[in-house]
Amino acid sequence: MDKTVTLLPVKDDHKAVLPRLQNEAGTDIKLCYQCGKCSAGCPAGSAMDYTPRQIIRLLQLDLVDEALSAESIWICATCETCSARCPRGVDIASLMDTLRREALKQGKLEKKVAAFNRAFLGCVKNYGKIYELGLMLQYNIATGQFLKDADLGLPMMTRGKVGILPETIKGRDEMKQIFARVKQMGGEQ
Amino acid sequence: MKLAYYPGCSLDGSGVEYGLSVKRMAELLNVELCEIDDWNCCGATSAHNTDKLLSLALPARNLAKAEKMGMDTLAPCAACYNRFRHTEHTVRHDSEMRSKVEKAIDMEYQAANETLSVLDLLTSKVGTDNIRSQVVKPLQGMKAACYYGCLLVRPKEITGFDDEENPHTMDDIMQALGAETIDWSHKTECCGASLATSRPDVGGKMIYEILRNASEAGAECIVTACPLCMMNLDMRQAGTEKKFNTKFNIPVYYVTELLAIACGDSPQTVGTHRHFVEAVKYLENLSTAAASPAETVREEAKTENGESDEALQKKINALTIGFQKNPAKMAARLIAEEEKAAILVEIVSSDEKKLAKLASLMATDNDKAAKAAQAYVAAEIKKRG
Repeated sequence: MDKTVTLLPVKDDHKAVLPRLQNEAGTDIKLCYQCGKCSAGCPAGSAMDYTPRQIIRLLQLDLVDEALSAESIWICATCETCSARCPRGVDIASLMDTLRREALKQGKLEKKVAAFNRAFLGCVKNYGKIYELGLMLQYNIATGQFLKDADLGLPMMTRGKVGILPETIKGRDEMKQIFARVKQMGGEQ
Repeated sequence: MKLAYYPGCSLDGSGVEYGLSVKRMAELLNVELCEIDDWNCCGATSAHNTDKLLSLALPARNLAKAEKMGMDTLAPCAACYNRFRHTEHTVRHDSEMRSKVEKAIDMEYQAANETLSVLDLLTSKVGTDNIRSQVVKPLQGMKAACYYGCLLVRPKEITGFDDEENPHTMDDIMQALGAETIDWSHKTECCGASLATSRPDVGGKMIYEILRNASEAGAECIVTACPLCMMNLDMRQAGTEKKFNTKFNIPVYYVTELLAIACGDSPQTVGTHRHFVEAVKYLENLSTAAASPAETVREEAKTENGESDEALQKKINALTIGFQKNPAKMAARLIAEEEKAAILVEIVSSDEKKLAKLASLMATDNDKAAKAAQAYVAAEIKKRG
């Protein structure tokens, strides 16, 4: 990714986004003094286009769009190492989580992760539980990777680690209602 | 002790050994588990990646049921545990969010109870002394790397348990079971979780680093309390070896499997034979070593003396030959006075038994040999009058 950024006067609609994100994440990015401890300890940092420290810097400079378009937010595994180590108490993991949700809302999403999450939540909504084999198949079909992990499917079955059919809970209607009410209250799905 | 029990989706599927062994653990330690009726999936990462309210509402439906049962909840899966603790924390500290959550699940919920992990239950409620007293087959000789991963210990204000950087509760449990636990660098590093699926280029490296560091630190097995860590380290171990052109062949166990086995269960009872990396043989090898204590004592005796039986015999043979070829020189090593030494030469030249005795004593303890030599000489002088 081209790391050149253009600094322009902030627009009014932009001004509203950052406080909302910080509020949802429950953290204050102004506390960050850019020491980089979060990025030094990040187990996935080497694969990121912007390190966690740089993501915070983008937000401090009000470059919210750049932060939301970063591949980094989809590489973060929410292991919470950064939040645990931050000497200034910035909850970086929660911020990453919030950025992913905001990116999803704005349609700036990483296709594979989004496909996985959609397949996962579809399973929860319809059955109440996760059926691992069905989830993997659905994900593979949605992303066109038909043979991904195909070598693991049969051994899982012979070891009794996956059922032939999905299990469902009795309260499937309750699940659908929970999803519907969350959506009514402005939730994303 | 009675606890509400939330197995979670993995324990019915890929983590079937975890489910079996958690139930056995509870039976062995007199903990009554009451499964939450018609429980649903916690939503895991997909929910908190998608919507905050949804990520709280899905756990809350289960927790509200447990609250009605009036019990704390045991959630063995680290991911479920973390989501439950997040939900409890938010409901307790954010009244606006609490009312939204209650509205979404259409139930009352105030987070009066709390969720426990297996590690928390075993160390805070059951206690390691209690566990130690139940052990009938100690895991003697096992060299284990205790792997905590992320979600059991982080973030501290949510889990309120153990240490984020250097946790020890699993080590304490494993030591109570008789195992040796090694110090290593990747105790709380992330296994990459679902990155192994969504971004194998990133996740594969993370799995590799954990396996490599455990191996290099001298671990012979890895112990976990998380089904996703197990899936990545066990099921994906062969793939990781292939990708990085190396061999680890390191078995991975759930802490509950090892607890049940140390308390007398067979590995088959708790499903250890279902692992991808063969895991039963290592346990069998441990018990064979423990079953022959006589051999172990002999081994130890040998190492204390710094030599084996064979080496000792060689030394005796060499000393015997020395007495035969150059008796004066050998006698001088035992007796300083020339006169007495000359008598000793006469003795060893005529008495093979005494020669053999002195040679074997010299091989282990020269002082004893010298005393015996003095006694022989004194007896000879007395005899001669």
